Amino acid sequence: MSVAAMTFPRRLVTRRKLRDQLFVIACMVIAAISMAVLVVLLSSIVTQGLKYFRWDFLREVPSRRPAKAGIGPAMWGTIWVCVICALTALPLGVGTAVLLEEFKPKRSWARRIHGFVQLNISNLAGVPSIVYGILGLTLFVQMWDLFGNLSEPTFTFGTREDWYYVQLPFGRGTLAGGLTLMLVVLPIIIVAAQEALRAVPNSLREGAMALGSTPWKVVARMTLPAAVPGIMTGSILAMSRAIGEAAPMLVIAGVVYITFTPKHLMDEFTVMPLQIYNWASLPQEEFHRVAATGIIVLLIVLLTFNALAVFIRQYFQKPLS
Amino acid sequence: MTAVAAQPSQVLALARPRSRVLGRLWEGGVVTTLLLCGAFTLFITASIISVLFVEAAKFFSLPDVTLSEFFFGLEWNPLLGATKHFGIWPLICGTFLVTGVAMCFALPCGLITAIFLSEYAPRRLRAVLKPALEILAGIPTVVYGFFALTVITPRLQQIWSGVEVYNALSAGLAVGIMCLPIVVSLSEDALQAVPRSLREGAYGVGGTRFDVSTKIVVPAALSGIVAAFLLAFARAVGETMIVALAAGNMARLTVNPTESSQTMTAWMVQIFLGDASNFGPEYLSSYAVAAMLFVITFILTIIGHVIRVRFREAYQ
Repeated sequence: MSVAAMTFPRRLVTRRKLRDQLFVIACMVIAAISMAVLVVLLSSIVTQGLKYFRWDFLREVPSRRPAKAGIGPAMWGTIWVCVICALTALPLGVGTAVLLEEFKPKRSWARRIHGFVQLNISNLAGVPSIVYGILGLTLFVQMWDLFGNLSEPTFTFGTREDWYYVQLPFGRGTLAGGLTLMLVVLPIIIVAAQEALRAVPNSLREGAMALGSTPWKVVARMTLPAAVPGIMTGSILAMSRAIGEAAPMLVIAGVVYITFTPKHLMDEFTVMPLQIYNWASLPQEEFHRVAATGIIVLLIVLLTFNALAVFIRQYFQKPLS
Repeated sequence: MTAVAAQPSQVLALARPRSRVLGRLWEGGVVTTLLLCGAFTLFITASIISVLFVEAAKFFSLPDVTLSEFFFGLEWNPLLGATKHFGIWPLICGTFLVTGVAMCFALPCGLITAIFLSEYAPRRLRAVLKPALEILAGIPTVVYGFFALTVITPRLQQIWSGVEVYNALSAGLAVGIMCLPIVVSLSEDALQAVPRSLREGAYGVGGTRFDVSTKIVVPAALSGIVAAFLLAFARAVGETMIVALAAGNMARLTVNPTESSQTMTAWMVQIFLGDASNFGPEYLSSYAVAAMLFVITFILTIIGHVIRVRFREAYQ
């Protein structure tokens, strides 16, 4: 008999082994449940949505008749809003990340501010997206009523035929929507870019500095290029979050019946998740099927984005040390 | 080799001749721009706080609204009754009912899945589970709302006929499914951060994998796990589209999850969909509710941060 068997009664050992086995079974069950949920979710949406799935669905406008309904305007609205969001959120986010990671202050009061900005960003990441919608409504749509009300804008630039038509206040247009989405994804992009910059080994920076580069040149020529794949991955994931975001867009755009594609920065718009919400909240069963068709389109777009992110992570993100 | 052996004059021609003053100005300009980017994040927080609290103050200065009713009132019916009541407790009750259901599902399942992934799972199973969870994490919330409305609710009604069409239970389950990937990935990160030597020590004195996981690894990673739980909780509290689709629009003080109930976010959706005229008390009330929501998530985030920083078990 071994020492272990003398100190621990065998009954106890078997009981502990049994507990271990039970836990494995519990794990398997829960893992199976989460897989089953995913399968049921996707399959139920596909079975409901396939009925109205056709090429024209991407071009048609929302209609009273389910068989004629399409997601065209919403898709173009999503493209407008997300392009604006990416063009504003990327420079701001990467700039903030570079500031926080590469220009770390040395003085104690500046270090305190640095820590505060960092805490502030993690706090912004936790703010519910509908709160950003309310912020965007006041900040971009109405601009605190500083420039008069929406029907009589005080400042206009260009005409309503030009894509760059701008007015103050912005009103419920694509620009206000895109900027609001920027607020939502900015913390995500900052955190992702910070992680990518942190993964760049210090030896690269020190090498560049030893060659006499200024701090900004170290960033521009060494650190940022090395971190680009990581930043790309994070940004693509952030953009796929932006595409699926409905709550802030609901506050900005309202549920309006829109049958045209947006033509300029101040044009009314709707986005795909909002259109899906619109259909899903209708009482008729048939419109739930149309909503499911819209979800299929949305999920295809999102899966493409995620696959792109995974691809970049696999093929371009090499360890640099 | 030719490049290295180039004449000094050629090297000078290749390097852009730029005065030191210009270079310094450029450098200063870049750093200023970056500082402005950083300041913008502070500006966002400042404007969230100012917008919410200025509009909430407008709401409280209205004649038929009082602070004490808002914070202690048990009735919320600005749109229905002859006399409007603005007591926030029914909305808070609805929010925490949905969140409670979600957490009952997401926290235990998430933690067990995280332990499984980190301590038990063979590589092949991991290669299936991880992407599945990533797909779940990438699905937009409006899709979960649709799923709750068209799949979960009918199943619940089959099992139990007392379930209403719009109910907190199905919305809560959908929110729980949404939170599951967050709990799993953050808890797993915390578990992975526990050094191997601790596990090996525990195995060395004869622990089973279950003993090692529950008595060594989980306690060592507790601060990270609790922070993950709080983050998931905050996400559930702020979740909008699922509850707007599946939980209904009846603000009532109930703990029965089979009835319809309204959350704070669902109230905001109802207002911004145009159920109320602009600048009436109902419209402004949504800002007060949003301020309340912001304060709740803010407190949760700060607590999570403090736990992560203060109670982190630092090894080595």
